Amino acid sequence: MSDNYGQVRIALRNCGVIDPEKIGDYIAQGGYDALAKAIFEMTPAEIIDTVKKSGLRGRGGAGFPTGLKWELSGKSEGDEKYVMCNADEGDPGAFMDRSILEGDPHSVLEAMVICGRAIGARQGIIYIRAEYPLAVKRLQKAIGEAEELGLLGDDILGSGFDFGIRLYLGAGAFVCGEETSLMNSVQGGRGEPRIKPPFPAQAGLWKKPTNINNVETYANVCRIILNGWEWFRQFGTEKSPGTKVFALAGKVNNVGLVEVPMGMPLRHIIEVIGGGIQNGRKLKAVQTGGPSGGCIPEEHMDTPVDYESLVALGSIMGSGGMIVLDEDDCMVNIAQFYLKFTAEESCGKCTPCRIGNRRLLEILEKITTGGGAEKDMIDLDELGNIVRDCSLCGLGQSSPNPVLSTLKYFRDEYLVHVNDKRCPSKRCTALLRYFIMPEKCIGCTVCARNCPVSCISGERKKTHVIDQARCIKCNTCYEKCPVNAITKE
Amino acid sequence: MENAGNGNKKLRSWDDLKKLRAGEMAKNGEKRTVLLVGMATCGVAAGARDVSEALAAEIKKQGLKNIDITATGCYGFCYAEPMVEVRVPGKNAVRYGHVDKDLAGEIVRRHLMRGEVLDKYVLTQEVTRP
Repeated sequence: MSDNYGQVRIALRNCGVIDPEKIGDYIAQGGYDALAKAIFEMTPAEIIDTVKKSGLRGRGGAGFPTGLKWELSGKSEGDEKYVMCNADEGDPGAFMDRSILEGDPHSVLEAMVICGRAIGARQGIIYIRAEYPLAVKRLQKAIGEAEELGLLGDDILGSGFDFGIRLYLGAGAFVCGEETSLMNSVQGGRGEPRIKPPFPAQAGLWKKPTNINNVETYANVCRIILNGWEWFRQFGTEKSPGTKVFALAGKVNNVGLVEVPMGMPLRHIIEVIGGGIQNGRKLKAVQTGGPSGGCIPEEHMDTPVDYESLVALGSIMGSGGMIVLDEDDCMVNIAQFYLKFTAEESCGKCTPCRIGNRRLLEILEKITTGGGAEKDMIDLDELGNIVRDCSLCGLGQSSPNPVLSTLKYFRDEYLVHVNDKRCPSKRCTALLRYFIMPEKCIGCTVCARNCPVSCISGERKKTHVIDQARCIKCNTCYEKCPVNAITKE
Repeated sequence: MENAGNGNKKLRSWDDLKKLRAGEMAKNGEKRTVLLVGMATCGVAAGARDVSEALAAEIKKQGLKNIDITATGCYGFCYAEPMVEVRVPGKNAVRYGHVDKDLAGEIVRRHLMRGEVLDKYVLTQEVTRP
């Protein structure tokens, strides 16, 4: 029995293989050799050139070429520069970065030192969420061990090159995953974005040239330095070389982390690696990219996974969350869920995001509670496009994606909600009505006794009835009935 | 710093690093059985600490020697946590899923002591490492 099904582990190479709290384990796997090679055998320009030629792109979601970013930070004038790692993984259902930091913290530290060497920085900062206590603990231990061995700190490996890394704990605001907000947060300011340019490569943290990459991006760097850019390019596609880690979640049998070469069809990831849908249900859609992404319907499952293909479908690669939805999931409800998240997480600095998302959410709430009309769908589309086009940062520019993509692919479902006031997947509770089927009810009184609002009446051994006016649709009777006599529609 | 292999000595050159690596690899090459327990958040949440303690207790109870219990990160099979990988020198590594305290005891008694692979609980047998 094979355990990979077409997976290629580059970023996850050591996760689940070594003890993350022992630097010796990491070194035994070839650890810190890439750093030694970068210091003793390569010039900064050669390091940048190798990363550029590898075609590595930002794994945080946007897919900006990493080598180009390094080159821009390297070219910026200044004796003080920073290397930052964005470990503010905030998408619901995504846990790639956490797993890398918990399973192989040194791979990120080593890559940050290499980056420092390449762009001429001596200080590194990892911005990590305080909600990841285990990852924080392991990173602290890893930094301590690397410092004791002289792999971090002053005069690394006797080369005269100094580089230190410290952690900064984020308080858990979603917007701080956006790089300018993140830097504001480190400086003690509010987690609010600012207009770019200037880009962080020119004026980032403390207005100094700053290179910031995502955890998974760094986790790829050491292997590229060691094995060469040609090696890396054998995986993935022409425009998106290498692999991508996805956190597979939702209605799939094998929930977990997968690392696949770019260009693999979505269907292979879900049906072969993920083991198909739970309980033999039918796949309906896949949500990629978290609250910034969209829903890709079943008919597009043969799309190869790479940055451009997902954008063409109205979604994004994002940091790698992949939530599988089956026929029991309501797409309007899903759109509402994500929009509720982004509306709450909007920092409030720019109007389109602060007010636009709130209005979008109100329209969705109207639709899922039975007050919607077809006109609302036109409004959603128009307003969604305005929020996307006018917002200041990536949060608002991407937050309408769940709405716009479900409107595009699941229009029929919206129409049933607004016209028939019905939820075909029976998810929008406000649109549901519970009934007791007289032919099945045995009059056992279980439903009446468990109903929290006492709205079920009936005598023992006689058919019970639900008072629709008082029912709060809590689903308790449906779950408790021993003979499945309760139906919802 | 007992984990680092050479005390508090800082590495002064690439050769120092290579020497340290050779030492670490020699250590791994020793004829020791290793039990790897998945201890990322997914594993810990599923009860990996209890499993790790149960393994240690059973090994002590049976008086077995030269067996290391090591924590590791997430291998990706979060649905099957807690996971235990058994590495016996000269044999295929075997990875068990959905391990609880009882199964931990059985792994020690049957797999480690009698060389019996508990097929029913095996997730993977050969570990592929690129």
